[in-house]
Amino acid sequence: MTTPGPLLSARGLHVTFPGRHGAPEARAVDGVELDIGAGEIVALVGESGCGKTTLARSLLGLVPPTGGSVSFAGKPLAYNSRALKAYRKRAQLVLQDPSGSLNPRHTVYEAVAEGLRIHGYGGDEQAAVAGALARAGLRPPERFFLRYPHELSGGQRQRVVIAGALVLEPELLVADEPVASLDASVRGEILALLLRLRTELGLSALVVTHDLGLAWNIADRVAVMYLGRIVETGTVEQVLTAPRHPYTQALLSVLPEAPGEPVVLTGEPPDPSRIPTGCRFHARCQVLASGEAEEAGVADACRTRDLEVLAGSGEGQVACHWARARVTT
Amino acid sequence: MTLLEVRDLTVTYPNGAAAVRGVDLSLDSGSKLGVAGESGCGKSTLALALLRLLPAGTEVGGEILLDGEDVLKMRWGQVRAVRWAGASIVFQGAMHSLNPVHRVGDQIAEPILLHGGAGAAAARKRTGELLEQVGLPTARARAYPHELSGGQRQRVMIAMALACDPKLVIADEPTTALDVMIQAQILRLIEQLVSEQELGLIMISHDLAVLADTCDRLAVMYAGRVVEEGPARAVYEDALHPYGKALSGAFPRIGDPASRFAPRGLPGDPPDPSDLPSGCTFHPRCPVALDGCEVEDQWLREGAPGRRAACVHVGAAVRSTT
Repeated sequence: MTTPGPLLSARGLHVTFPGRHGAPEARAVDGVELDIGAGEIVALVGESGCGKTTLARSLLGLVPPTGGSVSFAGKPLAYNSRALKAYRKRAQLVLQDPSGSLNPRHTVYEAVAEGLRIHGYGGDEQAAVAGALARAGLRPPERFFLRYPHELSGGQRQRVVIAGALVLEPELLVADEPVASLDASVRGEILALLLRLRTELGLSALVVTHDLGLAWNIADRVAVMYLGRIVETGTVEQVLTAPRHPYTQALLSVLPEAPGEPVVLTGEPPDPSRIPTGCRFHARCQVLASGEAEEAGVADACRTRDLEVLAGSGEGQVACHWARARVTT
Repeated sequence: MTLLEVRDLTVTYPNGAAAVRGVDLSLDSGSKLGVAGESGCGKSTLALALLRLLPAGTEVGGEILLDGEDVLKMRWGQVRAVRWAGASIVFQGAMHSLNPVHRVGDQIAEPILLHGGAGAAAARKRTGELLEQVGLPTARARAYPHELSGGQRQRVMIAMALACDPKLVIADEPTTALDVMIQAQILRLIEQLVSEQELGLIMISHDLAVLADTCDRLAVMYAGRVVEEGPARAVYEDALHPYGKALSGAFPRIGDPASRFAPRGLPGDPPDPSDLPSGCTFHPRCPVALDGCEVEDQWLREGAPGRRAACVHVGAAVRSTT
C-alpha cells in the first residue's frame, strides 16, 4: 500500500479559537503532522476535548487552520468556496449519530441523492443512489428509497449516512465515532463494512474514536492525541500491544480485559487554553509521579522542555522524554 | 440475605409492546448483578419497573420483592418511601437527568429534604459529605450542571442516588458516552461505594466487557427475556447462548490476533418489541438455529453448574458446534 505520496497530509497544523471575555485562546490543535496513504485506515484516538474532532474538521476544510497546511493528493487546500466544494466531493465526512445527521423529513433516496444534486451530477441519479445503498449493505436498494429515517434501525441509518458519503465516489472518508451510538451487535457489521469498502474501492479512512478496540478491529495505523498534539503514533500492533507513551499505557490499562494493574489517571484532560509548560502530559503522568522519570534523569525535562512535533509518516514515534531515555540506555 | 427477588415480571406498554416477558432475578446485599442487552431488549424498562416508574396504562405482572415486600402491591405512599430510601436509580445521560437551572447541591439535597425528613442545615451538611464521597470538592455544590464535565455530572448523579442511604442502587448505563479514562474512574467509584456500604447493585449496559469486569453475576437479555445467566466472567468468556457469544465477541480483546481486521457483529437488527418473531425470538439472527427454533420457544435451563441459558443447544443431547 505504498504510493508515491500520501493522499492527505497535514503539516504543522494549528487551530486556535479565540478566548471569550479576555480569556486566553484555546489551542485545540497545536502542531499536528499526519499523513494518510491511499487505501490506508488511520485511527485517531484520544479523550474528549483532546482536539481530535477539531483536527478531523480542519482536515476536511470545515475549520480553516490558523497555522500550517493541509494538502490532498499533493496539492494544498485552497480556502475558497469553489475549491472546497471540489475537495468535499473527494473527501467525505461520516458523523457519529445517524439520527442527528439525517433530515427526518427526507426519504433515504433524497438523503443519498442530496450530494449528487449539490455537485450537479450528470449521470443516472437513480442508478448512482442504488449503487451507493447496495455498497453500504442496504439490499435490495429499491426497497429503501422511500423509507424515512424513523422507519429504520440505528444500524440501517448509519448505513444510509455512509451511502450518502459513498455516492460521490470519494477517495477519503473521515468518520467521527462511526459506531459510538450503535448497538453492540450492529457495531461489528458497520466496521466490517468500512473494511470491505477499503478492499473493494481502495478507500482511505481516518476514523476518529475514543474506542481502542475499534482501532484494533479495523485500522492499519493509530495516532494517539493528547491536548492538541499527537503523542504517539505507529502501526496498530506496535502502539496497542507495546505502548511506549505513559498516556497510551494508561489508556490501555483501564480497558476491562487489560492485564495488570489499571492506571487510572486522576482528573480530566486539562483545558486547551492553558496547556502546561514542558511535556503537556506531565501534570497527570504516572511515570513522573512514581519517580521513575526522576530515576531515568528526565524529570526536569518533563517539567520544562516541550517535545517536538512528531512526523506524520508511518514509522513508530513517541513524544515522551522518559520513553526516549529508556531506548537510549 | 436476599435483597431483591423478581419473579416472572412482565411489562406491556399501552401500544402492545411486550417489553419484558417473564424475568426472574435475585440479588443479595453487597453483590453486583449486570444486565446486558441492546436497545429495545427491555433492560431499561426492567429498571423503571422495579421502582414503578413506568407511564400510566402500562401493564405490569409478576412480583418484585424488595426486602420481602412486593413493590407492585404497595400503596402509593409506601412506594414513595421506597424510592430513594430503599432503592435509587442512576440514570443514563447525566446531561439530561440534571435540572440545568438548579445548582447541583440543591438537587442532591432535594431527596434528603423530601425523603430523609432532615432540616436545611443537615441536608447541606449531608450534601457536602456525599460530594466528597464521590470525589468532588464540597464547593462544587454551588455549580450548575453546565459548569461540570460529563464525568463530574455522573458523579453528581451517583451522589444523588446515595443521598438517602438506599440498600439497592440501579445504574442504567452509568458510563455510556464517557471516555475510557473517565469510565474507569466512575466504575472504580461505584465498586468502592458498593463494597463500603454493602449495597446491592444492578448495573445495566450493552458493554459486556465492562459488566464482566465490575459485576459478580451477569444476565443477558434479548427481546424482553433473560436468555443467559451465570457468573460474570464465565458468561463473558464462554457464553452458552449464541446471542451471549455474539455480544461478547462485539468488543474485541486488544492483542487477540483473531479479531485483528475482523470485527465481529451479528447480522440483522434487534427485534421490535411490538412485533416479535415466533418461536425462539432470536432465531432470525441465530447462526446455529435449527428448523424447530422457528416454532419452539425456549426457556432458561441449567447448562452448567450455576449457569442457565435459553437455547435449544443447551442441556440437550446436541451441543452447539461453534
